[in-house]
Amino acid sequence: MADRGALPDVQRRSAAWWQDKVAQGLVLIGGVSAIVLILAIFIFVAQEGLGFLLKDLDLVEFFTSPAWRPTSDEPEYGILALMAGTASVTGLAMLIAVPFSLGAAIYIGEFATGRTREVLKVLVELLAAIPSVVWGFIGLSIMNPLIIDVFDVPVGLSVLNAGVILGLMAAPIMTTIAEDALKAVPDGYREAAEALGATRWQVIFKVVLPSAKNGLVAAILLGVGRGFGETMAVLMATGHSVNIPTSPFDSVRAMTATIAAELGETAQGSPHYQVLFSIGIMLFLVTFVINMAADVFVRGGFKLKGKRK
Amino acid sequence: MASKQPRRLAIESKGLSLWYGDFQALFDVDLKIREGKITSLIGPSGCGKSTFLRSINRINERHSYVRTEGTVEVFGEDVMGEDVELVQVRRQVGMVFQRPNALPISIADNVMFGYELHTAAKPSRFERDNLIEESLKRVLLWDQVKDRLGDVATSLSLEEQQKLCIARLLPLKPSVLLMDEPCSALDPKATAAVEDLIWELRGEYSILIVTHNMAQARRASDECIFMLMGKVIEHTKTEDMFLTPENQATADYIEGRYG
Repeated sequence: MADRGALPDVQRRSAAWWQDKVAQGLVLIGGVSAIVLILAIFIFVAQEGLGFLLKDLDLVEFFTSPAWRPTSDEPEYGILALMAGTASVTGLAMLIAVPFSLGAAIYIGEFATGRTREVLKVLVELLAAIPSVVWGFIGLSIMNPLIIDVFDVPVGLSVLNAGVILGLMAAPIMTTIAEDALKAVPDGYREAAEALGATRWQVIFKVVLPSAKNGLVAAILLGVGRGFGETMAVLMATGHSVNIPTSPFDSVRAMTATIAAELGETAQGSPHYQVLFSIGIMLFLVTFVINMAADVFVRGGFKLKGKRK
Repeated sequence: MASKQPRRLAIESKGLSLWYGDFQALFDVDLKIREGKITSLIGPSGCGKSTFLRSINRINERHSYVRTEGTVEVFGEDVMGEDVELVQVRRQVGMVFQRPNALPISIADNVMFGYELHTAAKPSRFERDNLIEESLKRVLLWDQVKDRLGDVATSLSLEEQQKLCIARLLPLKPSVLLMDEPCSALDPKATAAVEDLIWELRGEYSILIVTHNMAQARRASDECIFMLMGKVIEHTKTEDMFLTPENQATADYIEGRYG
């Protein structure tokens, strides 16, 4: 035994010390590789598309022409119609998904109790796990004839079809995030309002929703990002025809679906190949901005400092 | 406010028993809380004092597994009945919580929150400003916040938030104020300030205050109730309780032998 007061072997390193170092190393590799991979993807996409985008491509035509004829003798690379397709489908999807998912989140978070709540949460998470090709399948084989029957239109693959499908696809993840935001509202706020005589709806509308505002906006933005980037279901349900829609029954084509459908049939390095990568860059930038915005809103927290409106 | 007229009872419970699921938290509690006085509820953790307090405005029913028997009357009106409008009860019976729970809206909106819930007509600018000023002055907060009424209330110190929590009850003109350990989250200086304020409100409001702090009960209340294991052990004037407790359990608790 060491003398009283003397330090034991101060330089001895136990197994736990090595364990600690190894774990640190592994976690570091994990973290760094995520960043490296993202950068690598961005560089790859930029390399393939950016040169063409900046040099050969007529940017005015690219953004303002509705004509997408990459394989004709005089190819035209206008993505206006594709952007309109993506925007119209995503927009309709959000019109459907926002009320649905907020309603579901409010019900699960504020009203449902015990078993009902647990079952609902699991079901919503299950819905989020349905592969997009299955949703596309539903769009093709169920929604398509349904729309033709109900609205008496010649084609059922349209903005309406894809919007509904995409809305249903985005709703579960939006519900989950929105519910997390509601759950993060301190219960003391609800209790305070109730003790002042607020009814349940008053508590929700005047206290819970305003406090959870940032998280709810983030949930919606993530839904928009999901809709924007969705490919397979949109490819299957829109009808995939280049068109600026004037009614919900028009077929459209989305930017993502265009890349998916055409990239495999182009010669590597050809203008067509490169212009598809340019669309990829566009998508990348837009989803990046949407996700950043969502992130900013989440971080916004309760910083409502400042003057009365 | 030593008026000679016989005062009414602010709160009267008769045979109040309460269960959380299978656990019985209150046993046959009979209590009379007098109007215009400060009555403090003391007792060790889990003795049912908060439960009793929280059953007067029925805020404990937020958890659906609560079951009660017996009656609670506030100024003679039964508040436990099936057809009682909770919203009206809570308008009459204000509550201050252990942790200051100012809402994350502006200071001014906090003061007006309850009032606006219960008043269909929007108050005029003048009325509104008056109510805010009056309420904040009453809780001795006006001077600190008058220049930043639009700031979010959660940026205030805990002491100021707790005062604000009291202030926002006042526009509703409640008759009873329930306080659930209102100073336990505050430092000694803030505690003294809030206690002074509570003493200041004495007479105008009937105040029932749960506290863990024996010294607080002793210096800041007219009457004192000692509870143990869900039962009322002793209910007397505060000075009597601390000088000559009738019950041995009370004496032991006051002297700090348990709790």
